[in-house]
Amino acid sequence: MEVLQLLVSGLANGCVYGLIALGFVLIYKATEQVNFAQGDFMMLGAFITLGLTNAHYMGLPFWVAAPLAIAIMAVLGYLLDFFVLRHLFGQSQTAVVILTIALGFVIRFIAGLIWTHEPQTLESPLAIGDINVGGVVLGMADVAVIVVTVLMTFFLYQFFQRTKLGLAMQAASQNQMAAYFMGIPVKRVQGMIWGLSGAVAAVAGILFASKGAIDPNAGLLGIKAFAAAVIGGFGSLPGALMGGLIVGVIEPFASRYFPAGYSQIAPYTLLLFVLVFRPHGLFSQVRTKKV
Amino acid sequence: MRIHFKTSYEHDIRLFPDRWSFLVYALLIVVAVLLPWLIDDFFLGEVTNVLIWAIAGLGLMMLTGQTGQASLGHAAFLALGCYSCIIFMEQGLPFLIAFPAAGILTGIIGTIIAIPAIRLHGIYLAIATMALSILADDIIVLMEPITNGVSGKFAPVINIFGIEIERWGTPDRFYWLVLVVAIICTLIYRNILRSPLGRAFAAVRDSEVSATAMGIHISRTKAISFGISCAITGLAGALMGFFSGIVTNETFSIVISITLLMMIVIGGLGSIHGAFFGAVVVAFLPQFLSLAKETVIGGGVAIPGLETGVFGMILILFILFEPMGIYGRWMKIRIWFELFPFARKDMFKRQKSYLKTERLR
Repeated sequence: MEVLQLLVSGLANGCVYGLIALGFVLIYKATEQVNFAQGDFMMLGAFITLGLTNAHYMGLPFWVAAPLAIAIMAVLGYLLDFFVLRHLFGQSQTAVVILTIALGFVIRFIAGLIWTHEPQTLESPLAIGDINVGGVVLGMADVAVIVVTVLMTFFLYQFFQRTKLGLAMQAASQNQMAAYFMGIPVKRVQGMIWGLSGAVAAVAGILFASKGAIDPNAGLLGIKAFAAAVIGGFGSLPGALMGGLIVGVIEPFASRYFPAGYSQIAPYTLLLFVLVFRPHGLFSQVRTKKV
Repeated sequence: MRIHFKTSYEHDIRLFPDRWSFLVYALLIVVAVLLPWLIDDFFLGEVTNVLIWAIAGLGLMMLTGQTGQASLGHAAFLALGCYSCIIFMEQGLPFLIAFPAAGILTGIIGTIIAIPAIRLHGIYLAIATMALSILADDIIVLMEPITNGVSGKFAPVINIFGIEIERWGTPDRFYWLVLVVAIICTLIYRNILRSPLGRAFAAVRDSEVSATAMGIHISRTKAISFGISCAITGLAGALMGFFSGIVTNETFSIVISITLLMMIVIGGLGSIHGAFFGAVVVAFLPQFLSLAKETVIGGGVAIPGLETGVFGMILILFILFEPMGIYGRWMKIRIWFELFPFARKDMFKRQKSYLKTERLR
């Protein structure tokens, strides 16, 4: 029973990692860029929702505030691409990496200025207590996290496989020049994907904030999500979710069964092993390109 | 404008392109040596800090600027260099042996780590090194019998042939020590760039495919680059330990890794000057900000995250408007004056590039 309890709480945490990892993977899939600020996006989305919902600030009803926050984050993502990242068009990945790390610092600083560094809790209707299924205690927020994550992964996967826009995004990532010739507005597509990933980050943020208190440093969770994305395989949406679940499940088990000190290094050790033995992740679909 | 009339092939790889630049650098070194008599102890400490950061920057520059491999984990190697130097000295080795040994050990371990890591390229290497940097913190705590864990280690007094060197007791001697290390590292760096190895680094950075075609062993070159980079970084780490006096597991956090990478980008990737310019920014920004804060909103108000926030902002502006960093801007201004009135804006225009990947799905 204890194992089951650990597993369930690990899965719920893992879903949040998975959701942030989805944001990474979306951007990577469509632009080959890596957004190191995704964790801070998540934090920002959570704080915008908090600012709109909590009685202390705006006091809007949650079901109005949540879609509004998602929309705001989508617009922010698009504008970010429009004003900042578009200038780096076609430049090396490293430049984008450094830029987004810097961006994360700036977002954390601004969020700290607006909402202070005290941990705050979101007055979320999802945090309404626990349900008991055969001895396993499950928070309602945890259930919501798991359901939303699975649904989002499914729809995003379908979006990339079936829709014209999704295919256009994949094409734009593989060869920008060729995509231009095929009539794909590459820059606008990039903007859209940043918007989409902003929205996903907002969803992750709302769910994360429903599970507990947040402060501007919550964005550092992004590092774990990053490990998740790599373990699952960058560029694969179901892989990101699986990676998130693996990291999420490893954590509670490691802290239960390993001596103290070894538990927090477990996800990163796994990350290093994956990078050494299967650099493209456990669930990726990489085929080398033939010249 | 000075015209270089090249009379031999040797001319291309001279240490100094002409007598004038040799004079400038000689003058710079003379000023640097005389500095303890020119400024007070507080600023001397700051300059020492700049030099230590610059050495660390040189280390990372070798890997990132010269070979084109971004590392987000160099704080781990700073820590390794620092701890090994202190531990060697505690075992009774004199500083003159312990210090280079720490650098060499860091270099060797760096190479060993690099061998699996060089299979990864671009973003994956950055992630792997980032994981390493996060792990380093926990590993220092786990290795408590050697590293003293969270309570930290105190840096011993340096003793070179009977001359005692200490950060607080004799700041001028410590400054000279750092200066000597900085000059040696710079010379090593400059000489590597002139050698076939340095050319191979640049070839790997610019195009791996063309480098292979020219007969360069890519992974060996990368591993050597990683090793040299780690060795220099290890030396800087040891000096950092002596500078701060006490080192714990939190001294070399991932934030240091990130700061180091940002520093060389602000300074200008791929140039020795860049490491020094970037170090000046990193070392003086906190002082400058606290000064600015006092004059604008009065002292006593703490704004958490201000430093990193402003640092991030500066970095974004640099990447957007001056990707070549401070050194790039400096070169442009210099060339503008040298060519006056023939300098044109388009001379520095970047070529448009498009992204192509090896990934299919």
